[in-house]
Amino acid sequence: MKRIYVNEKWCLGCHLCEYQCAYANSGIADMVRALKGKAIHPRVRVEDAGDVHFAVNCRHCTDPVCVQSCISGALTKGKDGIVRIDRQKCVGCFTCVLVCPYGAVLPSPEGHAAMKCQLCTDNTMGEPNCVKHCPNGAIVYEVREAAQ
Amino acid sequence: MKKYTYVIIGGSIAAVAAIEGIRSEDKKGDILVIGEEPCRAYGRPLISYYLLGETDLARMDYRPETFYEENGVALRLGVRAEKIDPAKKTVTLADGEKIDYEKLLVATGSRPFDPPMEGIESVKERFRFMTKADALALDKALSPEKRVLIMGAGLIGLKCFEGIASRVKSVAIADLAGRILPSILDETGATMVQRTLEEHGATFYLSDSVSRFEGGTARLKSGKSLDFDILVTAIGVRPNTELIKEAGGEVNRGIAVDECGRTSLPDIFAAGDCAESFDVASGTKKVLALLPNASMQGRVAGANMAGGKAKLENALPFNSIGFFGTHVMTAGVYEGEIYREKTERTYKALFTKDDLLKGFILINLPERAGIYLKLLKEHIPLSKVDFEALKTSPAWSAFSPEARERNFAREI
Amino acid sequence: MQLYIRPEYEIIRNEARCIACRVCERQCANEVHSFDPETGLMRADESKCVNCHRCVSLCPTHALKIVKTDDTYRENANWEAQTINEVYRQANTGGVLLSSMGNPKPYPVFWDKLLINASQVTNPPIDPLREPMETQLYLGKRTIKVERDEKGLIKDTLPPQLKLSVPVMFSAMSYGSISYNAHESLARAAEELGTYYNTGEGGLHRDFYKYGKHTIVQVASGRFGVHKEYLETAAAIEIKMGQGAKPGIGGHLPGGKISEDVSKTRMIPQGVDAISPAPHHDIYSIEDLKQLVDSLKEATDYKKPIIVKIAAVHNAAAIASGIARSGADIIAIDGFRGGTGAAPTRIRDNVGIPIEMALAQIDERLRAEGIRDNVSIVVGGSVRSSADVVKAIALGADACYIGTAALLALGCHLCRSCHTGKCNWGIATQRPDLVKRLNPDFGYKRLVNLVTAWKHEIEEMMGGMGINSLEALRGNRLMLRGIGLTDTELRLLGVRYAGESL
Repeated sequence: MKRIYVNEKWCLGCHLCEYQCAYANSGIADMVRALKGKAIHPRVRVEDAGDVHFAVNCRHCTDPVCVQSCISGALTKGKDGIVRIDRQKCVGCFTCVLVCPYGAVLPSPEGHAAMKCQLCTDNTMGEPNCVKHCPNGAIVYEVREAAQ
Repeated sequence: MKKYTYVIIGGSIAAVAAIEGIRSEDKKGDILVIGEEPCRAYGRPLISYYLLGETDLARMDYRPETFYEENGVALRLGVRAEKIDPAKKTVTLADGEKIDYEKLLVATGSRPFDPPMEGIESVKERFRFMTKADALALDKALSPEKRVLIMGAGLIGLKCFEGIASRVKSVAIADLAGRILPSILDETGATMVQRTLEEHGATFYLSDSVSRFEGGTARLKSGKSLDFDILVTAIGVRPNTELIKEAGGEVNRGIAVDECGRTSLPDIFAAGDCAESFDVASGTKKVLALLPNASMQGRVAGANMAGGKAKLENALPFNSIGFFGTHVMTAGVYEGEIYREKTERTYKALFTKDDLLKGFILINLPERAGIYLKLLKEHIPLSKVDFEALKTSPAWSAFSPEARERNFAREI
Repeated sequence: MQLYIRPEYEIIRNEARCIACRVCERQCANEVHSFDPETGLMRADESKCVNCHRCVSLCPTHALKIVKTDDTYRENANWEAQTINEVYRQANTGGVLLSSMGNPKPYPVFWDKLLINASQVTNPPIDPLREPMETQLYLGKRTIKVERDEKGLIKDTLPPQLKLSVPVMFSAMSYGSISYNAHESLARAAEELGTYYNTGEGGLHRDFYKYGKHTIVQVASGRFGVHKEYLETAAAIEIKMGQGAKPGIGGHLPGGKISEDVSKTRMIPQGVDAISPAPHHDIYSIEDLKQLVDSLKEATDYKKPIIVKIAAVHNAAAIASGIARSGADIIAIDGFRGGTGAAPTRIRDNVGIPIEMALAQIDERLRAEGIRDNVSIVVGGSVRSSADVVKAIALGADACYIGTAALLALGCHLCRSCHTGKCNWGIATQRPDLVKRLNPDFGYKRLVNLVTAWKHEIEEMMGGMGINSLEALRGNRLMLRGIGLTDTELRLLGVRYAGESL
């Protein structure tokens, strides 16, 4: 399946992906209105460590430990391979947050549910908005093979 | 006599995961689930959220309604399996019916364990807090003028408290242990969580227990006495191992299984709260009565029942639990050197030994906690990562570029 | 007291649009932008701004614009603000003014005073989408006698040639002045396009030897990075005698840009300024030049064409005549609007002549002397579009070098601050955090796109003229007409005035 992959070498640590993610999932058509004066809670997070930068979001694991650990059945892996969270079913126990080895399932700001990247299938963007706006190809949306 | 390729005794999380495990290998073989509870699988820990009003019966279902049909699973609910004959490969049900199996999974779970208590029969409104039925019964009994006594300040008792706190007049919680959540928290953490619970109306009687019940009064060992209307016992659980024991299978504290979920009996597997796991944190075999572990055991057992080659190799105890917005995450064992960080609202304790992270406690620090759990699960030598940086904040930048390449630039 | 110089630009932030994402702050190597946590607002220190537009380009809400300040000194047509500021700057520092990229002064651009012909009725135009159109060409000597062996078969006596699929090459830009990623982009684009890029005088990084078949290596006065393997790897060797942006002076790469890799590639110490002398100390005559041409040919077994590159200066035609007799295969001429990584401002802005004039005169001189076929002519120094290429070829060039246009395709915004080494676009810098801003996967693709687009346009223009090969366009000045030119200019360019028939 197509997933988001990181080309760490090209990440500039500009954090645009975080803002594009927050915007994409805001449900508001105008970016300024969506983000101005607000703290953002993106589903992609950029790590900065000196000259090293890279974005982290859900890997949509082949065998997702978050889905297996979910106490409410809110997390599922679809036939399309996308790991989704049903925020209505989620009770916010954050077991998924504890088991995700990537730190890619995040507590949502309101606290009652977890949140995660769903490859922009749950908003109106059509394709991952972070990838679309990455200025340097540091995150890409494509099919890749597993490491040998 | 009916015959099924796969028979699963127990209908909860391990069973659901086993169905998925079987179907990952075998799309056709017929499956029968025998469940004592008269309902489809639901998220058992959700019962406190049900009382709290944060979920409802429909949303508690662990899988969509169509799950069993789509997976070709027959259900025999509300009936208990009484006996396994491993030689004839049959299961006898409480109603006398015998069912043949090719592969059998025992996922019978656990049951509440109450030590004998003097005068307990004199208590009129007495509840346990394990099942949906328990929750529905308790739900009916709750009313704003009632006083509740919860026996047990463990996960079940405290989640019960959270569920009912705003619906009753008062809640007292008694436990023999000197602190709350003794199995998962240290003194500092327990004190913090206790304060939160007290702010929401809990009164604790710790290092204390009921010596005698006299109707609506509990006489405590300390000499105090407590008046209450409703009693909830949440003292402990015991694995349901009898079926295997009586069939001649090996049972320790739980049903003995290998890393593939096989019991000592041919073609019989076990998973979930009734079975043991190898805990990589302590290096010992244990019953890890935790939902994620039941799910992973079930999945592995199911896959192996259907001829797969799955193994459960990194089981360990971990918990993520919240009380009134205070999030507690814990894992592993608390031994070795301790790194601590504490603020008014947050607490972090990391336990390290022999170049490994052995356990941790995180209160109100949920973000990216999974990175710590990864260190624990995968036995990653701390000398191979930048642990100094990891101590203050869990991040992948503390791992090697090669590790990041494998995990972020490749399919996982 | 230092004389205060007001910043040239003002950064206008539309507060109604700014979401304080701080991308501008993270992306500005000049540290113009900053976040004020107390007010939650972004601030900008315009005194540091070079107007590179990195922040403007990356701002997700388009909240930024950079405008020329409207602060003025008292109006004076003679003493313009920039002239005054330059005096102040020199009065403050006592230093030579440094600049980068090409001459920005409003000298006439003769390309823009030349118009291209098209066919009507009597000679039908050619549709390049339906009929073959030859944009392939060869650079090198064409003066050979047909010789036969004892069996009567033709002997291969053809001197070495460069084969180009399009009459555009990337001009010399050294590794050091531009980044590794910029070089990789140029190399990969040259390979894919079937043309050449040029190392400049910075040597060739080991990683790029694999692009050798599309690499022109330079031998300049500093001889940086020149060794046998370097010469052997290349498709052609260019002797750099001069550069359009700074005729008559050498090069100067500041020590700050000499990283470990650059130092290895150039074979010079790390962190120390690299000075290439004004002259080649072994060349004081055409005869001396011939010696270097011959030694390079000897060193490479007569397999590589030799290019001699000169700046367009007043007597360029006579010099070119000498070069054509020196054994060189190709003459490259660089006009006075050509770019540079760093040059003294006064030199860049005042020395040299326009490439159009130099080209026309050199072509005419070589023809007159009957030695035009001794050499191919490549011109650079502000070839800005496919139309400039077509005009250059009609004036007599075989092909063009593009530098600035290529850098623009890589993302350059012509802020002309290359010499500071803090290029925000990752092009003219060696700072690793800035270099990585140019991902060669994108950079090379944009170069390929640009040249491919130009190629289509060249075919369209040629087709319009009824010409179907570059051979037929070269030196075909009848296809050009001048507009707004004096008689002298027309004479020097060898073209008629617009409206004048044959």
